[in-house]
Amino acid sequence: MIKAILIFNNHGKPRLSKFYEHYTEDTEQQIIRETFHLVSKRDENVCNFLEGGMLIGGSDYKLIYRHYATLYFVFCVDSSESELGILDLIQVFVETLDKCFENVCELDLIFHVDKVHNILAEMVMGGMVLETNMNEIITQVDAQNKMEKSETFIFQSTRQDR
Amino acid sequence: MHMLGYPAHFGQLECLKLIASQKFTDKRIGYLGAMLLLDERQDVHLLMTNCIKNDLNHSTQYVQGLALCTLGCMGSSEMCRDLAGEVEKLLKTSNSYLRKKAALCAVHVIRKVPELMEMFLPATKNLLSEKNHGVLHTSVVLLTEMCERSPDMLAHFRKLVPQLVRILKNLIMSGYSPEHDVSGISDPFLQVRILRLLRILGRSDDDSSEAMNDILAQVATNTETSKNVGNAILYETVLTIMDIKSESGLRVLAINILGRFLLNNDKNIRYVALTSLLKTVQTDHNAVQRHRSTIVDCLKDLDVSIKRRAMELSFALVNGNNVRGMMKELLYFLDSCDPEFKADCASGVFLSAEKYAPSKRWHIDTIMRVLTTAGSYVRDDSVPNLIQLITNSVEMHAYTVQRLYKALLDDISQQPLVQVASWCIGEYGDLLVSGQCEEEEPIQVTEDEVLDVLEGLLASNLSTPVTRGYSLTAIMKLSTRFSGVNRIKKVVSIYGSSIDVELQQRAVEYNALFKKYDHMRPALLERMPIMEKTATNGPTEIVQTNGEMEPSAVEAKHPPPVSQPTSPANDLLDLLSGNDVVPVIQTTLPSKPASAGGDLLELLGDISLGGGPAPTPAPAPAPAVSSTQPAFLLDGLTSQPLFNDIAPAGIPPMTAYNKNGLKIDFTFERANPNPNIAVITIHASNSTEADMTDFVFQAAVPKTFQLQLLSPSSNIVPALNQGSVTQVIRVLNPQKQQLRMRIKLTYTLKGSPVQDLAEVNNFPPQSWQ
Repeated sequence: MIKAILIFNNHGKPRLSKFYEHYTEDTEQQIIRETFHLVSKRDENVCNFLEGGMLIGGSDYKLIYRHYATLYFVFCVDSSESELGILDLIQVFVETLDKCFENVCELDLIFHVDKVHNILAEMVMGGMVLETNMNEIITQVDAQNKMEKSETFIFQSTRQDR
Repeated sequence: MHMLGYPAHFGQLECLKLIASQKFTDKRIGYLGAMLLLDERQDVHLLMTNCIKNDLNHSTQYVQGLALCTLGCMGSSEMCRDLAGEVEKLLKTSNSYLRKKAALCAVHVIRKVPELMEMFLPATKNLLSEKNHGVLHTSVVLLTEMCERSPDMLAHFRKLVPQLVRILKNLIMSGYSPEHDVSGISDPFLQVRILRLLRILGRSDDDSSEAMNDILAQVATNTETSKNVGNAILYETVLTIMDIKSESGLRVLAINILGRFLLNNDKNIRYVALTSLLKTVQTDHNAVQRHRSTIVDCLKDLDVSIKRRAMELSFALVNGNNVRGMMKELLYFLDSCDPEFKADCASGVFLSAEKYAPSKRWHIDTIMRVLTTAGSYVRDDSVPNLIQLITNSVEMHAYTVQRLYKALLDDISQQPLVQVASWCIGEYGDLLVSGQCEEEEPIQVTEDEVLDVLEGLLASNLSTPVTRGYSLTAIMKLSTRFSGVNRIKKVVSIYGSSIDVELQQRAVEYNALFKKYDHMRPALLERMPIMEKTATNGPTEIVQTNGEMEPSAVEAKHPPPVSQPTSPANDLLDLLSGNDVVPVIQTTLPSKPASAGGDLLELLGDISLGGGPAPTPAPAPAPAVSSTQPAFLLDGLTSQPLFNDIAPAGIPPMTAYNKNGLKIDFTFERANPNPNIAVITIHASNSTEADMTDFVFQAAVPKTFQLQLLSPSSNIVPALNQGSVTQVIRVLNPQKQQLRMRIKLTYTLKGSPVQDLAEVNNFPPQSWQ
């Protein structure tokens, strides 16, 4: 099970944080800070798996991370997930974001947090991997966006009528 | 409530309003907000339940999907209970988009409310016949969760193994399918999931394992390993092979794959390989040994995680054959590794050295090497272990003390090294000065130089109080081994006014030893005898010592405190007049079987009781005194018989003490197998109206006997004879003398403490003949 998904930049500012288990706000903030400390210390050519992080608790949990340009994508998982599989999942996630946002960059994550959450919700649900097929995810996300657009259009047109 | 660190309390009710609205946009934002801002602990979330219920039956699939998603992420157990039926209905729908979401939602429900698992059972029947990979994936997750939670489910789903195998086969065999392709392999995520489920299903079941063997071999050989994807699948396959009851050929294949991983350039793969090898080393030891050299190379890797894994694995691989080579590598690693590893590495080295040391000299050399390189990081209990080891290797004493002395000259900052060294110099200083050493070039050391070094330790700022204690005791011991006593007397008297209480106490007592008890000194400060080896990592037993007299091997692990010549007020000494001393062992052993106690007493049997100054494990004044002045000891206690080995059942019990409402009865048994040991059980009962609390029973016997008191059943003797406290006494009486005993009872009755002494003379003759 995936316990948490965190995206933060090189200075430790969180850009997206999704926890699949209940922690208090202070704990969540501390987890983010601690993860950043652990991950930023890592060299470029060491392996992508980290153990530790007292807060997430216990020896069962690993941090699997990937560093893309200015962002760190960190998945905190327990032993029931395959480590190499999660690495691939991070890759699929980033590629999906890239397709949805056209050359995604950090600013996209800052200004369209809700869209990122929606995409993530199509991929991981309740801590478990829901869908890994990029095309399928994008299809669903596009359909939902179209629904939204059609609603606002109707709303605007009804307003104009008055 | 915070979001990305900013307060967002206002959002909660707004979210609910948004969710209730009809528009999709609002709902989307509302649900998103709900997932982020609400959780089980807020009461507000229950208000969502109705909204979600309605939305689960909505006409638009996306709305239904949103509802499922939110429920799956943060549904509390009440919500899950209410909505489980809806989820189950959706699990049977033909819409694959909804079906996969419903499957994961079901997993969440099962996690929250395990009792509802049976409800989802009928829906799972058709899940695996889906074509849509998304649904397949999530249903495999659902099945995995159900199997992990309940063994009945596990048995039920075992019959699905052939179906799973078929799906896996299709995945591998089918050609290129563009929609699920990841770097050339079709849907690796699904493959990995299925492999994991197969692992759980095949775990202890032969039939399923057999059904899987072929497909596993196929996956293992056909997957290409150039990309991470292929490696992920292989990794999962290897884990599965290891877990199920596979045939040995398959296991060897798996370990070879892991070996290939180790040679891979990618650090991730190596890490993963080391982790899995660690798991399998217990079962497939020989196969892993083949890759030993690669693993040892990983020790030199720059990556911290890999180094740690390699270190653990190396320790697991050490055995009698390769211990020398491995130790060399590990010691080299110890030199160069980060401090966080040093403690673990040092303990690991000690453990392996103890188990597999080819020779004593090698063992001592290894330990010395560890102490000099990582001295400050070793665990505290390794010092007594080391000392015990050194004492036991009698022929190496000269060599050891010489090397330790040289190490001390170089460096006095590493406390464990200094402690061991000063202890050894104290014990074997005469060997050092006399310059005999077969193993190495003997060095010429004078007594003054040795005393200089020890005094330097005492005065140095680098020494901890414990180390100072060690060196003071060492100096004292040298007073019997060296000839220049005056210098030692001077040092000891200086420290009589030291600020450190421990040092001061020691110095004052040693001073007293010089002045009043000089006749006792030689025997007191004799060499320590060989100590029994107890379990290496077992807990040291709690021992109540009566100052200096415990001829029991267990306490030998703490020689410095034991070598205190005098002791604080000794209760039992009060029993016996004057300064006679009787070997009473009052030990509280954890519940050990009789045989262990028998070992202890047999050890005692080795110690000559009747007489000479022979090696008692503690420099007890008692035997020492007895050698020089026999009358001294038995002052106040005439030759007292001890419980002997007794004739079998048929020895009448007796009342030992009956006063003030407290009655103590003795019952006898024959001890096995040592015929000289008598086992007495005391029963203490209380006929007064109030309970006797803090009840302590102590016994003393004359010097020719040995007594061992096991722990009592309790400390409270209930009133009005409602129950009794029992305690077992074992008495060793090799000389079959008449038994007599003095007992002391302390208890608290109605708030006031009571103490009493008594002598027990009326032992039946069978008890000691």
